[in-house]
Amino acid sequence: MKSTMSKLFATAAIVAAPFAATTALADGHGDDLTYILVSHAPDSDSWWNTVKNGIALAGEQMGVNVEYRNPPTGDLADMARIIEQAAASQPDGIITTLADFDVLSGPVADAVDQGIDVIIMNSGTPEQAREVGALMYVGQPEYDAGYAAGLRAKDDGVGSFVCVNHAISNVTVAERCVGFADGLGIELGDSMIDSGQDPAEVKNRVIAYLNANPETDAILTIGPTSADPTILAVEEMGIAGDIYFGTFDLGDNIVQAIKDGTIQWGIDQQPFLQSYLPVVVLANYDRYGVLPGNNINSGPGFVTADALEKVEEFAGEFR
Amino acid sequence: MSDVQNTDERIKETSRLRQALIRPELGGMVGTVAVFVFFALFAFDSGMFNAQGVMNWSVVSAQFMIIAVGACLLMIAGEFDLSVGSMIGFAGMMVAIFGVTFGVPMWLTIIITFVVCVGFGALNGYIVVKTGLPSFIVTLATLFILRGFTIFFPQTIERKTIIGGIREAAEGDWLAPLFGAKIGKPVFQWLGDIGVIDTFQRGNRLGEPVVDGIPMLMVWAIGLVIFGHWLLTRSRFGNWIFAAGGDADAARNSGVPVNAVKIKMFMFTAFCATVFAVCQVMEFGSAGADRGLLKEFEAIIAVVIGGALLTGGYGSVIGAALGALIFGVVQQGLFFAGVESSLFRVFLGVILLAAVILNTYIRRIITGER
Repeated sequence: MKSTMSKLFATAAIVAAPFAATTALADGHGDDLTYILVSHAPDSDSWWNTVKNGIALAGEQMGVNVEYRNPPTGDLADMARIIEQAAASQPDGIITTLADFDVLSGPVADAVDQGIDVIIMNSGTPEQAREVGALMYVGQPEYDAGYAAGLRAKDDGVGSFVCVNHAISNVTVAERCVGFADGLGIELGDSMIDSGQDPAEVKNRVIAYLNANPETDAILTIGPTSADPTILAVEEMGIAGDIYFGTFDLGDNIVQAIKDGTIQWGIDQQPFLQSYLPVVVLANYDRYGVLPGNNINSGPGFVTADALEKVEEFAGEFR
Repeated sequence: MSDVQNTDERIKETSRLRQALIRPELGGMVGTVAVFVFFALFAFDSGMFNAQGVMNWSVVSAQFMIIAVGACLLMIAGEFDLSVGSMIGFAGMMVAIFGVTFGVPMWLTIIITFVVCVGFGALNGYIVVKTGLPSFIVTLATLFILRGFTIFFPQTIERKTIIGGIREAAEGDWLAPLFGAKIGKPVFQWLGDIGVIDTFQRGNRLGEPVVDGIPMLMVWAIGLVIFGHWLLTRSRFGNWIFAAGGDADAARNSGVPVNAVKIKMFMFTAFCATVFAVCQVMEFGSAGADRGLLKEFEAIIAVVIGGALLTGGYGSVIGAALGALIFGVVQQGLFFAGVESSLFRVFLGVILLAAVILNTYIRRIITGER
């Protein structure tokens, strides 16, 4: 049995070896910079693949080591432990989100105070990023993006909507729906539904809501996890293209739906930039001491059926 | 069994070494050594074994230990509790709603939370023993019910699913430090001053050590392990636990109050989950509806790695604690070793499988079953 155990660990060691080796690669700059990106996304959230690709490309182009880490279930308390862990491994910089300021501000501020440069991406606000002592914030101001989308929908004659929220515990994401309601000039009220993450659940909850509230003018989904099943839901109900449908973030199915006319527009916060730019900024800051003077807004950009070619080519990969 | 000359196995002689080795927690011990050797080889200079790194995986292991002790005793008593994870989210949310939204004093909030959650544990146990349904199903229902409440209450009351401000509400309270404080600060300050532990290089904590004390979470974990081990191996109640899980009917016939034992163990499991939750919200200052997801399985995994039998009647609290340690060290160690994070679950699965195979082998030697 002992030998079985040792065989097992030998196997594990072989699997682990290539990963250990990559961190020791020389990069041609004579320095050995390591940056760690800690996200709040559970393993099941495919949207973050773009972020992974972005950071990998930036690492390659800048000649630095990059690592991506996330809490497998999306539990933010676990994420705080990962940030503490990242700080303990003494990287040159940490790129992370502030999905819950109460939970994450402590560990992030501790990392900053240990002399590690931190850039906040995606979730959080520029004010919060400044408060924890981060270099800058790279992301999309969610409320403003939602508000802009709300104004646009109002011009298109929308008076009521349902917000399909698959990340009900993420306060920043809920801001999108709040902003949208304010843009429309209506109360959010009960229009935000907790859809869960499972595709079949999302689909059936949307169908249930739309059957119960047939006067709903518009649907707003907050990402591919809620958008993809919602597309199926409106197709099944025979109202695809008839009901006003906008979404945050892009993905293969969303792009196809925009092309088909099921979705009027998608708001791209360009996650690629949120992971790519911090690595570039950090590497140049560590090498040459140069730093942009302000926060970087990676979005919002409206994607409509007019300019889909590039988006279509790279959807889910870099878009 | 090599030598089967003896007719009565009770008087069969076994060597001292064999006796010392053949224990339920042997698998856990072997695993612990193997895991530390592995990470010493692959992640030694990654910061995993400096003060901050040690604290990192120790805290994660301590978290697992707290829920594993409860799950272990319950599993030995022959039942499961799948509502542990939901209970963690629910208990944290109760602290937030009573303490922050309603402004109830924090000590009273904590007491109310413990009473309600242990009450839910008792309800779990009562339904299981009264209906005779598998605890698997009953607690699965509780899993959904509690998680649903954890989302519903804050949504209805505050229109959001994360409630913060718990740290501020707990300030100056007499009971809260029992869960949120750190002990031994002067020792760590001294270690920082003489350079054993790194200190902060900037900010308003300049000069303070990066590890500034032992969190109460770890004290609770060690305390619960000692209590659980004592209860199981040194008390009459411990024998009842084994008896209730081994063969409930036989135990009942020999006068063991099986139902009471099981209900008490459900309550103890709920108590452990609540300790976990209160420590967590005191540390992080907010309660979220998604806290504690899948923690029930992590508790069960730790217990199984530690050598307990899923069918009950066999196991050890020390083993469960070692299982929790292995789980915590592997989980954080994989990050230190720079392993691709999407492979995390692969490793977890492999380790779980290896531990179970090893434990089954050991148990067969002990019990002589084929």
